[in-house]
Amino acid sequence: MGKPIIQISNLMKTYKLGGETVHALNDVSIEIEQGEFLAIIGPSGSGKSTLMNMLGCLDRPQSGKYLLDGKDIGKMNDNQLATIRNQKIGFIFQNFNLLTKLSALENVELPLLYSGVPVKERRERALEGLNKVGLKDRAGHLPTQLSGGQQQRVAIARALVGNPAILLADEPTGALDSKTSKEILLVMKELNELGHTIILITHDLEIAKQANRMVSIQDGQLQENGGELVGDFAIY
Amino acid sequence: MGILPSIKMALKSIKGNKLRSALTMLGMVIGVSSVIILVSIAQGSAQNVTSQINNLGTNLLTINTFGTDLALTEDKISELSKLNGVKAVSPVVSGRVNVKKDRTTSQVSLTGTNAAYSTVRDAKVSSGRFITDLDLEYRQKIAVIGADTASTFFGTDNPVGQYLQIEGTSFKVVGVLVSKGSSMGQSGDNVIIVPLSTGQRLVKSTTINQVYLQGKSQEQMDFVMNEVEMKMASLYPSKSDSYSVTNQQDLMDTMSSVTDTMTMMLGGIASISLLVGGIGIMNIMLVSVSERTKEIGIRKAIGAKRRDVLLQFLIEAVVLSGVGGIIGILTGVGLGKIVSTLAGLTVSFSTSVIVLSFLFSLIVGVIFGVFPANKASKLNPIQALRYE
Repeated sequence: MGKPIIQISNLMKTYKLGGETVHALNDVSIEIEQGEFLAIIGPSGSGKSTLMNMLGCLDRPQSGKYLLDGKDIGKMNDNQLATIRNQKIGFIFQNFNLLTKLSALENVELPLLYSGVPVKERRERALEGLNKVGLKDRAGHLPTQLSGGQQQRVAIARALVGNPAILLADEPTGALDSKTSKEILLVMKELNELGHTIILITHDLEIAKQANRMVSIQDGQLQENGGELVGDFAIY
Repeated sequence: MGILPSIKMALKSIKGNKLRSALTMLGMVIGVSSVIILVSIAQGSAQNVTSQINNLGTNLLTINTFGTDLALTEDKISELSKLNGVKAVSPVVSGRVNVKKDRTTSQVSLTGTNAAYSTVRDAKVSSGRFITDLDLEYRQKIAVIGADTASTFFGTDNPVGQYLQIEGTSFKVVGVLVSKGSSMGQSGDNVIIVPLSTGQRLVKSTTINQVYLQGKSQEQMDFVMNEVEMKMASLYPSKSDSYSVTNQQDLMDTMSSVTDTMTMMLGGIASISLLVGGIGIMNIMLVSVSERTKEIGIRKAIGAKRRDVLLQFLIEAVVLSGVGGIIGILTGVGLGKIVSTLAGLTVSFSTSVIVLSFLFSLIVGVIFGVFPANKASKLNPIQALRYE
């Protein structure tokens, strides 16, 4: 496909929970290439949220190495991480996380605002982003005036608007019904075909199967192609 | 992110939370306006008292006599006028007289005095002239009347040159006094001033009950007071119980200490309300920041730096406290004006009090807005995002 955009080697993250040390991530190594559609699947408590935070540069590794686009995340300060999040990563959350007081257009504009794009270009790019997810006519609506699926599309537009290297989706369909879920997944597939790198985190095998590549995580450890876990997940 | 988009974003956020913004500003408005109203009323009444006392004449000493066993005759009074430091002396006989003009009759307080009275008691004429020393000498039947007396007997006509019947004798009005308003319970406008010699006849007594002395300068008043007391003691040995010498400065000092205490007290009460307003701001700010933890998390996740978050909350706090303070100033000044017209109180707005109360509330608002925002901006975005 292309050069690896994410290189993770021997990543460790532990938490102290009630005096007990929990290995949320235990010696995780993975390479993700540009243009991939990767699904990370795992049950709750498996460490997938920790991995997602790590991939999204919301957290720094305790040991091990994380290179994003050739840059060492472990050596960055908070401000540099904020810039990386702003420019390299687009987040899509389970509960959308739109700012309720801002209109759809303003929500999409937000990442551009923080990267200092001038007003006119910001507006144009945000409108273009909304157009991509088919919500151009809802630009002035508040999130509360939109349906769940529409809100998630706005969130996708927000994630895309800064032209990030990777799209990071954490249970993007978790709060949606199955019909809307399919629509959202379709949007993501289209985006992947347009060349966006997408990392999808889920506990739902059916959704994970939509991706080109699947890895599973359990007890803080990764296994390629879902391994034997896929069998366990057949019940979903 | 630049300053301008930050300001726009802060304004949007204020507009988006109208109730919260209004509540925050309410604390400021109440605090600032109550300080302004209370202090300006206190200062207004202090000014009022001072100007009323000054209306009685400046650098004034008064000799009052009690009973009739003290003969304050003109030659002894002229000895007082020779004292160093005394600028002018004005002896006074007073009483109440019946005044008649056509069918209008009224009781008016009569003052018989000399030409110096005009300067000593700060009694200026608005039309005509004051009494002269020649009038005293020739026992002229002329009168200078107060503004109220003039309107009682002459209405809107010009009284100068017209005649009044005082105790049955016809007097020519030669002047009308400038209105002074009432001070210390005495109406300064319902009076008739006649030459001393004529006045003594009208009240049927030669006793001079009061002498006003004007000192040359304010700094010398204590010295002049001593001089006058010593002179009186030598003129009337062993009769010190029959007269008293009072210095107007003493009265002024007493009154100003009273009004100072009042200003302090009202200012203190107002400061408490400002403090309570400040605590109100603090509470609302704390609540609003913790209520917005998730918002901060989202903003940080999509690339807001600590500085961006802080700046947004700082601008919001400054705008809220600033606008609240300005509304408070307007409310305070407006209510002060209303109070002064409705209750007839004098209010005096002091710029320093307005500026100080505004700055205080602004600083309280900013500190208590930024303090929790600073905490929130340091939050790990993961935790902030999980916050519900």
